[in-house]
Amino acid sequence: MTVATIAKTDVELNDEGFFVDPAQWTEAMVPELARHEGIDELTDAHWTVIRFMRTEYLTKGSGPTVRVLGKASGVSIKELYQLFPKGPAKVAAKIAGIPKPRGCI
Amino acid sequence: MAHRIVILGAGTGGTLTANRLRRRYAAEEAQITVVDQDDRHVYQPGLLFVPFGLTHPEDIVRPRGRQLHAGIDYHRSAVGSVDIAANQVTLEDGETLDYDVLVVATGAVLAPEETEGLTGPGWMDRVFTFYSPEGAAALEAAFAGFDGGRIVVNIVDMPIKCPVAPLEFCFLADWYFTERGIRDRVQLTYVTPLDGAFTKPVSSAKLAGMLAEKGVELVTEFNTGEVDGAGGRLVAYDGREVPFDLAVVVPLHEGAAYVGRSPGLGDELNFVPTDDHTLQSKAAPNIFVIGDAANVPASKAGSVTHFEGETLVENVRRFLAGEPLEPGFDGHANCFIETGFHKALLIDFNYETEPLGGHYPGPVGLPLLKESRLNHLGKLMFQWFYWHSLLPGRDIPGIGAGMPGAGKTPAANQGADQ
Repeated sequence: MTVATIAKTDVELNDEGFFVDPAQWTEAMVPELARHEGIDELTDAHWTVIRFMRTEYLTKGSGPTVRVLGKASGVSIKELYQLFPKGPAKVAAKIAGIPKPRGCI
Repeated sequence: MAHRIVILGAGTGGTLTANRLRRRYAAEEAQITVVDQDDRHVYQPGLLFVPFGLTHPEDIVRPRGRQLHAGIDYHRSAVGSVDIAANQVTLEDGETLDYDVLVVATGAVLAPEETEGLTGPGWMDRVFTFYSPEGAAALEAAFAGFDGGRIVVNIVDMPIKCPVAPLEFCFLADWYFTERGIRDRVQLTYVTPLDGAFTKPVSSAKLAGMLAEKGVELVTEFNTGEVDGAGGRLVAYDGREVPFDLAVVVPLHEGAAYVGRSPGLGDELNFVPTDDHTLQSKAAPNIFVIGDAANVPASKAGSVTHFEGETLVENVRRFLAGEPLEPGFDGHANCFIETGFHKALLIDFNYETEPLGGHYPGPVGLPLLKESRLNHLGKLMFQWFYWHSLLPGRDIPGIGAGMPGAGKTPAANQGADQ
């Protein structure tokens, strides 16, 4: 676990870079978190996905998988990969300050 | 008045639930109705063996109705939808069934059409699945005529039924082409969306090692966006490609279509949100879910369904008696992994504990996470237990529903056991 300073606030991240405590996250941290993931320009579509991830986590206790994102967020899977080339579910979860999606068993 | 219990699905979960409930309640205490759209009960673990000529589709299918005990009504129809507020199921044949308790046991279905190109040119010709009797039989014919080239085994995305089956398929393919004397002309590649051979660290490392030993190439974190049958390539969403001469694809899975037509019952993938431990649905207190239809974080596998049976039936009884439910299910799963050359390994795990080495169900028992002939015999014998013990809803002697801890080697000492 490491402590990182994002938007002038200390937050705890696990070894893979996911938030340990999603309550430490604020929307103000998003641009800086996105830059860490190689995304310099945040479009409305990025925000749609990030907010969707956040809402899903808060209501269901787990972030959605890419397939669920493609079905439910209003953004197609192809477009999701254009927005988050390194893997939409993982990268968007990091930027949305939620744990790694519990993809599979 | 007798309780009205309606069970949707007469596969593993629906059948064992109906039979257990029938024993629990006298005829005048409960009326039990089971609904299914066809009369073909497939012993699904047998599908793995069909492509290699080790069993045949007709040997693993029996009539559904005959697996149900006397005193259970079997209604053959597809399900239209469930009206949660009205406690009523509408069937596609026009009948309606009112229930006091509903058990959803309709499993998972394949959705190959959801992947671009998968059911296009080449489907059932050079692109196959062994997850259906038809697909497994077609693959047997294709393998018989295959004399060399590149075979890929691909999981499109999780969740899938029996997550170890595609690995077993690779191990058996290695054995099959070795027996035929052409293994050196066959390239085998395992292409998975996971970041390793399997999900849990100790078994993932063990299984990745076995793939390497058997000369099976491992491609990880591959999210299949397109299967190009004409061009012979898998294409990932991130642009990576894997070429093939013959592809064995495990298609996307989802819950039964009627779940999606029943407002408030399912999630985006038509699985039913369910409490991990009581197996009560989150849709309504009088709806319970068993087996692959549930969204619980356990493997979609017959052993899980079997272990759920005890908790589910007890909680249906408690619900009808107005008692608090028992959080009895621990996520217990138990899988024989066929590794070829008449050997298999066994894994045993639950929500909390990953598959470990040691012995099952106690210190003197079958070796865990280790290849042995005994485990292979166990796997073969299991088909008998399935029809004669598991479906009738009996407990298998010495095998309890909860995961046993005795006989296991802690994760930290795994190396010492090998």
